[in-house]
Amino acid sequence: MKKLLAGAAALGILAAAGPASAAGEFEGVTINVMTQTGAIQEPLQRRAPEFEALTGAKVNVIAVPFSDLYQKVLTDWAAGTNSVDAAVFAPQWMVDYIAGGYLEDLTPRIAADPAIEEDDVGAFFRDFSQKYGDKTYMITLDGDFHMMYYRSDVLEAAGKTPPKTWDEYLDVAKAVHGQDMNGDGTPDFGSCIAKKRNAQSYWFVTDVVGSMTQSQGTSQGTFFNTADMTPLVDNEAFRKALEFLKASTEFGPPDELNLDVSDTRPLFASGRCALNLDWGDVGTISIDPNQSKVMGKWGAAIMPGSEEVLDWNSGKLVACDATTCPHAIDGVNHAPFAAFGGWGGGINAAADPKVKDAAYAYFSFMTQPAQSNSDVTIGGTGFNPYRTSQLSYSDLWKNAGMTEEEARVYLGAINESMSSPNMILDLRIPQNQKYQQVVLDEAISRFLSGEIDAEATVKAVNDGWNELNEEIGTDEQLQFYKATIGAQ
Amino acid sequence: MTETSLEAPPTWGERIDRHSGRLMVLPAAVVILCFAIFPLIVSAYLSLSRFALAPGGFTLKFVGLLNYRKLLTGSQQYHLLGTWGTLGAVGWLFLAAGAALLLLWLARYLRSGRVGIVGTIGRLVTATVLAALLLVITVTLAPGGVPGTLVNTLLYVAIGVSVQFLLGLGLALLCAQPIRGRNFFRVLFFVPLMVTPVGIAYAFRMLADMQKGPFAPLFRAFGTGEWSWATEAWSARMMVMIGDTWQWTPFIFIVMLAAVENQPRDQVEAAKLDGANGWQIFRDITWPAIAPVAATVVLIRLIEAFKIIDLPNVLTGGGPGLATESMTLHAFIAWRTQDLGGSAAVGYMLLFVSTVICVSFFNFVVRHTRRFEA
Repeated sequence: MKKLLAGAAALGILAAAGPASAAGEFEGVTINVMTQTGAIQEPLQRRAPEFEALTGAKVNVIAVPFSDLYQKVLTDWAAGTNSVDAAVFAPQWMVDYIAGGYLEDLTPRIAADPAIEEDDVGAFFRDFSQKYGDKTYMITLDGDFHMMYYRSDVLEAAGKTPPKTWDEYLDVAKAVHGQDMNGDGTPDFGSCIAKKRNAQSYWFVTDVVGSMTQSQGTSQGTFFNTADMTPLVDNEAFRKALEFLKASTEFGPPDELNLDVSDTRPLFASGRCALNLDWGDVGTISIDPNQSKVMGKWGAAIMPGSEEVLDWNSGKLVACDATTCPHAIDGVNHAPFAAFGGWGGGINAAADPKVKDAAYAYFSFMTQPAQSNSDVTIGGTGFNPYRTSQLSYSDLWKNAGMTEEEARVYLGAINESMSSPNMILDLRIPQNQKYQQVVLDEAISRFLSGEIDAEATVKAVNDGWNELNEEIGTDEQLQFYKATIGAQ
Repeated sequence: MTETSLEAPPTWGERIDRHSGRLMVLPAAVVILCFAIFPLIVSAYLSLSRFALAPGGFTLKFVGLLNYRKLLTGSQQYHLLGTWGTLGAVGWLFLAAGAALLLLWLARYLRSGRVGIVGTIGRLVTATVLAALLLVITVTLAPGGVPGTLVNTLLYVAIGVSVQFLLGLGLALLCAQPIRGRNFFRVLFFVPLMVTPVGIAYAFRMLADMQKGPFAPLFRAFGTGEWSWATEAWSARMMVMIGDTWQWTPFIFIVMLAAVENQPRDQVEAAKLDGANGWQIFRDITWPAIAPVAATVVLIRLIEAFKIIDLPNVLTGGGPGLATESMTLHAFIAWRTQDLGGSAAVGYMLLFVSTVICVSFFNFVVRHTRRFEA
């Protein structure tokens, strides 16, 4: 009887889903989808039986650790093994997959699929994350922005307001560090930032550096000088960011250098951190009664910024004014980082045509509001809001347990970040993973562990990025870089 | 007529019979060629190339020794060899002592009267490589120095295998005694070997968590709640070695147990009747009997220990900094970022170092113990 009801419900969803999939259309088809373990894997796996009931297609989710995902997909497709029919990965990597001709152009499929409700997808994700050149290669399943989270009760008791600058961040972290914030009798931490090597920590460096290097708008860029591809590293902004990272470690958990975001999230949710930098996941975890001890006691805000920004010519920091920081809010230059750009699905161009159709139908199913509206409110999914309709307080959030005030700050922070004219875009040049996940990540980890000092760190990143530019081709990389950020 | 019949060409059956040995070996040889030698040749070529994606596939551009130059003298030198510190008096003394020992060893060979060309070349290669490794270890462990992945790997191998051997042998000697519950302990000590290395790494990560692991209250009670092993180089390395020891001691234990139980019982009993104590029995009967097995099991562990990757990868991701990164992890990180040439070069450096050390160990230790046995 349960199976009958499930089948009926599935048919109901199918009827609402439109032409992207039809009952039994993919009977006997198996789609191998690769993604990362844990969050992201969870909703893909959980919804696979529903999709199978709808269309007959069996979805086989293959999960690998985040640090291996890029290469596993690439190796499978480049070597012609093609055991992976589709993958859910970072849009940043799309450039390398497209260079090899491995990704299917999804533009015509999306145009012919009203059920996907593409107009409801946030403009940033629709026009940047999903696209390369003029073609759409990915279907966004998740909206990603870095934000700052804080414990409203702890800050209020300390007479502090949510920090707006990195200096204020350290000031607040120092003031509350060591307090018992969750009533378990043990001292807790002023700041929790993931800093583990070979994990997802390297993204947070750009949050701090970017608020000082990029002030003239998104097309100015924050990684390289758009005149000659010189790394924006050997300057006061980068050195100040290093100082911040080192100083914040003093107010963090003792093992912060070995914590990834999957470790800091439960720390914040269990009430052990006053401040935290992360993607939108922390918001949905914080309203989950099964995981959260901070329900009603937390807030979120746009990433802190800086009252000083970099003069690209002199390499010195200068005070914000109408010219140097045209997008400043109350004298503070914010540069919210669209880090990762949201997990999205891409399809192997070499897959069997029937499997490609099924894979598209599956990604379409996953992103349709009927599924997505629920998934983005659940902490464990790793999916954050990315549809316009998901970014305002509604029954969707109310039913998920979020109060109107929490929604105001959480969704407000996402909206403020998304609408910022000074948003930082991901580095999307060929082999970007080497620039960030190897050179930057390794240098920062060595600096934080005390292996090298700030000057040696600057040199390591500068030399490493220059070496990669020379190996891959400086002029070509510059063209890619300017094209992806819209620089003239 | 008789002569003619003797010179008649062999029949097909006779030919097959004559070559049957080779034919039987052929499938195995082909398999080894395909699955061992061929990848080795391809990876040697990879180490001399640069991999790049291209429409429809990839390209391999020959770059000569560039990848090796990068590792030994170029931008990746700090990563493989480490950053050199300033040698103090102790460092110089250590180096001088090491050099003197190697020279003494060579001199003894040259004066032994059994000098051969192959033996001399082998000893010179061993001495040169050991001297170079000693130099790298000393200068990177000196004040201001930072060990690279080569020294990290050598530390895992030298300290890890030594501790594992001592523990394994000790447990084997204990379990060879006629004690109650002997079989239970044998099985218990053997369990870690049957767990997958990644499983062990994750289990250790949970166990060693200072904030929420099972021992967290204990750490807090001892006032070490504000300290973490993961943020200091030596404590992080030690944690990796503890995990590795937990996993591999059972292997040495089980092999040494078999060796101890096969020692000549009549000699042991005779020695006991003559009033020999435990240490004397071990020194004069047990150790000579088990030495060949001990040398072989250490050799196997040496080869295996050079390839350590699971524990540092899961426990620390190679951090803090480069503190726990082994050469295999170094190669793996390079591989997963498309640097296939760099990855293969690291792999070949590891192959060179481990081959020299293991072959030297075989020639100068394992063979020696076998002669001792004979």
